Amino acid sequence: MYKTSIAVIGGGPAGLSAAIEAAKAGAQVVLIDENSRPGGQLFKQIHKFFGSKEHKAGVRGIDIGKQLLKEAQELGIEVWLNTEVCGIEQNKLLWAVKNKTESVQLLSERIVLATGAMENSIHFPGWTLPGVMGAGAAQTFINIHRVAPGKKVLMIGSGNVGVIVSYQLLQAGCEVTAIVEASPRLGGYGVHTAKVCRAGVPFYTSHTILRALGENKVEGAVIGRLNDKWEFIPGTEKVFEVDTICIATGLTPLAELAWIAGCKFKYIPELGGFVPLHDENMETTIQGIYVAGDITGIEEASSAMEEGRLAGINAAASLGFYSSKQKEKLCNEVRERLDALRQGPFGKMRRIKKQELITSRREIRCHQQQIV
Amino acid sequence: MSSTTNCLKTIGSPSLEELKGSPGFPDEHHMKKGPIAIIECIEAIPCNPCETACPKGAIVVGHPITNLPTLDVEKCIGCGLCIAACPGLAIYVKDYTYSDTEALIVFPYEYYPLPSIGDKVTMVNRRGAEVCEGKVLKINLSEKNNKTPVISVSFPKKHFEEIVSMKRI
Ligand SMILES: Cc1cc2nc3c(=O)[nH]c(=O)nc-3n(C[C@H](O)[C@H](O)[C@H](O)COP(=O)(O)OP(=O)(O)OC[C@H]3O[C@@H](n4cnc5c(N)ncnc54)[C@H](O)[C@@H]3O)c2cc1C
Ligand code: SF4
Ligand code: SF4
Repeated sequence: MYKTSIAVIGGGPAGLSAAIEAAKAGAQVVLIDENSRPGGQLFKQIHKFFGSKEHKAGVRGIDIGKQLLKEAQELGIEVWLNTEVCGIEQNKLLWAVKNKTESVQLLSERIVLATGAMENSIHFPGWTLPGVMGAGAAQTFINIHRVAPGKKVLMIGSGNVGVIVSYQLLQAGCEVTAIVEASPRLGGYGVHTAKVCRAGVPFYTSHTILRALGENKVEGAVIGRLNDKWEFIPGTEKVFEVDTICIATGLTPLAELAWIAGCKFKYIPELGGFVPLHDENMETTIQGIYVAGDITGIEEASSAMEEGRLAGINAAASLGFYSSKQKEKLCNEVRERLDALRQGPFGKMRRIKKQELITSRREIRCHQQQIV
Repeated sequence: MSSTTNCLKTIGSPSLEELKGSPGFPDEHHMKKGPIAIIECIEAIPCNPCETACPKGAIVVGHPITNLPTLDVEKCIGCGLCIAACPGLAIYVKDYTYSDTEALIVFPYEYYPLPSIGDKVTMVNRRGAEVCEGKVLKINLSEKNNKTPVISVSFPKKHFEEIVSMKRI
């Protein structure tokens, strides 16, 4: 059995930032990721990020990943790759499987869960045909493996993931035949939709996919218009000749480990579904277990990094690596930046919903104190 | 929201009306006075590299970071440094005074293959429709642009308002 002060599970922007902050404070940190290299979503993201200078705006996602990784290495953080964490026991004993063969145990005083999210799928006749895939899978194809998933792509979903992946498919030389959106309004940032629009990609709002065509692989797709009750209007079918259908219909927090650990949850659709409750220090309802990033609600890499920093600072402080004064100063700086990110029409809803999470957590704490 | 704001959220690109009401879009007079930055960023998103990139202090986002970028038409010299700094690829520079018959556009272009200097290319509007022919004058691959090539193309003046980019080759 291995031992450490702080175990961080998930090596995306949230996990890397948590590990870096904790190690900066002087704590011993083990960072665990199931992939062969850390970085999470960042390594697929070849586009320049939004945000401010502190959030490395204008820098490409992949380069942010490299910078974080370098910092983690310089701080001597122990990184376990190809290691999937499968369980957490009562006393913060982690069970993981290394290289799909070796079972390992790690006893940790504090745990930060930063496992990110997974893509939602939608089901329609033909959805199991080869050629139907998540937008994230298509992005992995083109940006990690440098293979085009097909020649002609239909994208389902106009959120940022749908439009960014469409743009990157165009960059990879594919044709994006159309982007289909069930809502009457496009979801992604206007600057992203404008980019694919001037590349000649048409958007179909109030439309959905009805079925995929083809025997052994995707050879086409049928879409149809929806009325204001989101019901299909017969006779509005359109057929596209495509060989790939990408699904970008949202993400769901990957929170199994928090369930296993016994954390309390709340269902908040705007954050992606069931999310573990946490306080303003990112601590869950289980003492010593922290969460950060998409697992606590689908947001962005910039907010994931800030939440990771908060979790890392607090986990380290709870072990005595910071005085409470130092800790508060550092945390306030991070919270200010987080607040700034959660402004505007896109951020406001997330700010309100995140506050709802924190308030629910507080209520539970009051309740627990009353019982004690 | 007025009906004009719907273009961006239904078709995908902003209409001229939506743009003209935004603080990053120069007024008619300054637009045609000489080289000037045109910012097509009309949604409050948390972003400000344009502000940091401009050496003349001509772009202000300020606090909160979700403010729309505002262009100070008096300060902008049309140098184009903000173009590749914008992660939204939402800024280009246009010069109405380029020649008697032609205008110039300097825009970000992140596709392969790149055109060559002197090439005739097809210019497109905000919706990707082909509008006219243009001539490639310059391709800026400076390291500072962080892999976003910035291309200068001349095109007939009468399409000044419409043109925003070129068709992929
Ligand atoms: C197409 C696309 C474009 C985006 N563009 C932007 C953008 O421009 N700006 C921006 O700010 N954000 C952007 N984002 C969002 C951003 O990528 C995510 O919000 C961010 O990556 C979340 O970080 P995270 O660390 O929480 O999760 P992730 O990056 O998903 O990392 C989680 C990691 O944990 C690992 N993991 C999960 N479970 C286990 C386990 N049991 N054991 C071990 N390891 C595990 C995963 O494999 C993964 O490596 C984009 C996302 C997508 C999909
Ligand atoms: S063109 Fe030059 S001066 Fe004008 S806003 Fe851009 S960076 Fe500033
Ligand atoms: S950098 Fe581009 S996307 Fe960001 S605020 Fe400025 S103009 Fe808008």
